[in-house]
Amino acid sequence: MERIMLAHGSGGRLSHELIRTMFQKYLGNPYLDQMNDATLLPGRGHIAVTTDSFVVSPLFFRGGNIGKLAVCGTVNDLAVSGAIPQFLTLALILEEGLLIDDLERIIKSVAQTAAEAGVVIVCGDTKVVERGSADKIFINTTGIGYITDRFVGPEWIRPGDEILITGTIGDHGIAILSEREGLEFETPVVSDCAPLIGLIDAFYRPGVKCMRDPTRGGVATTLNELAGQAGVSMLLDEKQLPLSPSVQGACEMLGLEPLYLANEGKVIVIVAPEVADEVLFNIQAHPLGRLATRIGKIQEGKPGLVLIETPLGGKRIVSMLEGEHLPRIC
Amino acid sequence: MCLAIPAKVVTMEGSMAKVDMMGNIRLVSVLLVPEVLIGEYVLVHAGFAIGIIDDESAKETEELLLEVAYAYEEGE
Amino acid sequence: MPMKKESKSLLAKASGYLVEIKALAQSSFTIMEVCGSHTVAIAKNALRELLPETVRLISGPGCPVCVTDSGDIDRYLYLAAQPKVITATFGDMIRVPGTEKNLQILRAEGADVRVVYSTQDALELARKNPDKEVVFLGIGFETTTPTVAVSLETAKLEEIENYSVLSMHKVVPPVLRRLAEDDELVVDAFLDPGHVCAIIGTEPIKFMAEDYGKPGVVTGFEALDILEAIVMLLRQRAEGRAEIEIQYRRVAKVEGNPYAKRFIAQVFEPIDASWRGIGLIPQSGLGIRAEYSPWDAAKKFSLPVFHAQETPGCRCGDVLKGLIYPTQCPLFGRRCTPMKPVGPCMVSTEGSCAAYHRYVQRSVD
Repeated sequence: MERIMLAHGSGGRLSHELIRTMFQKYLGNPYLDQMNDATLLPGRGHIAVTTDSFVVSPLFFRGGNIGKLAVCGTVNDLAVSGAIPQFLTLALILEEGLLIDDLERIIKSVAQTAAEAGVVIVCGDTKVVERGSADKIFINTTGIGYITDRFVGPEWIRPGDEILITGTIGDHGIAILSEREGLEFETPVVSDCAPLIGLIDAFYRPGVKCMRDPTRGGVATTLNELAGQAGVSMLLDEKQLPLSPSVQGACEMLGLEPLYLANEGKVIVIVAPEVADEVLFNIQAHPLGRLATRIGKIQEGKPGLVLIETPLGGKRIVSMLEGEHLPRIC
Repeated sequence: MCLAIPAKVVTMEGSMAKVDMMGNIRLVSVLLVPEVLIGEYVLVHAGFAIGIIDDESAKETEELLLEVAYAYEEGE
Repeated sequence: MPMKKESKSLLAKASGYLVEIKALAQSSFTIMEVCGSHTVAIAKNALRELLPETVRLISGPGCPVCVTDSGDIDRYLYLAAQPKVITATFGDMIRVPGTEKNLQILRAEGADVRVVYSTQDALELARKNPDKEVVFLGIGFETTTPTVAVSLETAKLEEIENYSVLSMHKVVPPVLRRLAEDDELVVDAFLDPGHVCAIIGTEPIKFMAEDYGKPGVVTGFEALDILEAIVMLLRQRAEGRAEIEIQYRRVAKVEGNPYAKRFIAQVFEPIDASWRGIGLIPQSGLGIRAEYSPWDAAKKFSLPVFHAQETPGCRCGDVLKGLIYPTQCPLFGRRCTPMKPVGPCMVSTEGSCAAYHRYVQRSVD
């Protein structure tokens, strides 16, 4: 089996060959084919840009791989900001010894996900580092999108607004953990990794105040960030949190809390109460939003405070993730 | 002081068993519960079955799990 | 938790218990939950808010990470920093602060520290790394101890020479006796640890009722389990009884788990142990028996003695004895937070201070 060698990152013949036989083959288009140091893009209106690096282990997991994740993560950041994702850059750091077959699977997945998300990959970069200097493959993507008429952000949030989530929480986190060395267990849980622009297109309407995708740190961390930025308090309803039994079981087994697990295909939507029913209905009508629920409300109160009402009616604080979210036995 | 959760024994081989915790399957040691049978519920702590859960409450556990799963199928 | 269909019957049961608790708790009644998992379950379900003011729940010394002596922590940190050593530990220990560092910092500095879910994973590390010394940090009460005992027995049978355990294990009954004898402590009754009793049964803690007149109920970890146990304790008071009863019948039996007890006795022997914040308690720890000394990290490596050092101002000791609520410690939430813990009760997820900080603190003020 052919492997990535240091020479693939040298900028010489092998580098060009890799670009031609791998990246241009799968990702080629008029922009990328300019093959200059920078790519000229047509522009109009406000441009949104975001960048993210991806270093997931294992590279392949139930429901996706690092390539799919690298596209979803970045286009979702654009989409929840109210932008229509348009262009993506793709930078790879490859570890000497990476299987070319694995790289090909990842790049095919990048191409497929980009097509689903309606984005074009317009430039890229590849470096190869010595064995041991990286963990197989690291990916960075930068996304560019246009803002049209979706002006959303925490500054619009007001007491009385409702908090919706577009589906079950913690699936990505458990899918990844179940394949981590030393923790392996068989699980039906599949990562929710998906591009969200189609879903957002389906439910967005004026009255949607703010959207966020609760990735690393989970729903708890994202809501704490939002409550802090908006200077409001939140009250969640624990029995409305959509949670699959398998995620719940895995969390109990490992001593983890679903509210802190990463999601890669969910949106937290904060919406004015008068349009909440309509938005929720439209989310549920989309294939990625069937299990959407109302999970809470914005209220007056200590800015940044997120509370949750337990099934028995008591209230407790939901705080941000502190340090690593480690499996534990106590 | 010690997290432990109920799981159903699915298969056994020597001192190891595969147990099902709400659809998640993990290999655990049954050295501490040598009398356990396939189909019984055990209490799992840190990769070991540390106790057998008695019949009646095992049924309750299973019913509860099914109820939860059913509620979700309905949701879908 | 998904509470859809069953939520109605759950609520009905819970409110039934709460009605009975209110009826029975006409005068003040202080209950100590011995176990850290109970502390977390109580905080997470916000049970204190639901109980009448007369029923006071205070947290006990039942988080094994929290009661580990700071000298023991410095000792394992010293060992973890040695070349060729792989430290295998439950995730619970990663952030526990020693005098200067913790495992997380040592790992960034190049120490080989692995989080495992089971002692079997630690043994597997030893098999896969024959040129390294795998040391498992043995922390825990009777629930965890048998799993560590099995790993030592396996290492002996399979002659895995590069595996060892640094035993800092503790047992519950002696610390219960210490609490019962403490004049400062005002506790009427105990929620006894469900999973410890699943191993040891109720015989070893019977003295609490018989000798000290303190009722106890072996309790499960769901909100309903805890409410039912509180009802059972209040009934004992109403009927003038002091007994050790079992609420957690689906798991805990009077006789415990004889196989697990046998493994513990075969591999470990009682030794005096120092509990953080509480002090030396005779025969409250477990040392590794001489037959297993090749797998005893304390004998295998020459380790310096580290003396316990308490941080000035830290009142973890009083918290562990239930003398004060975490929020009454002057460091709480200020100098001592889960991100930068001073005392051990803030470190472990199930430490009383961490549980208060995570779930309760800000709704109190």
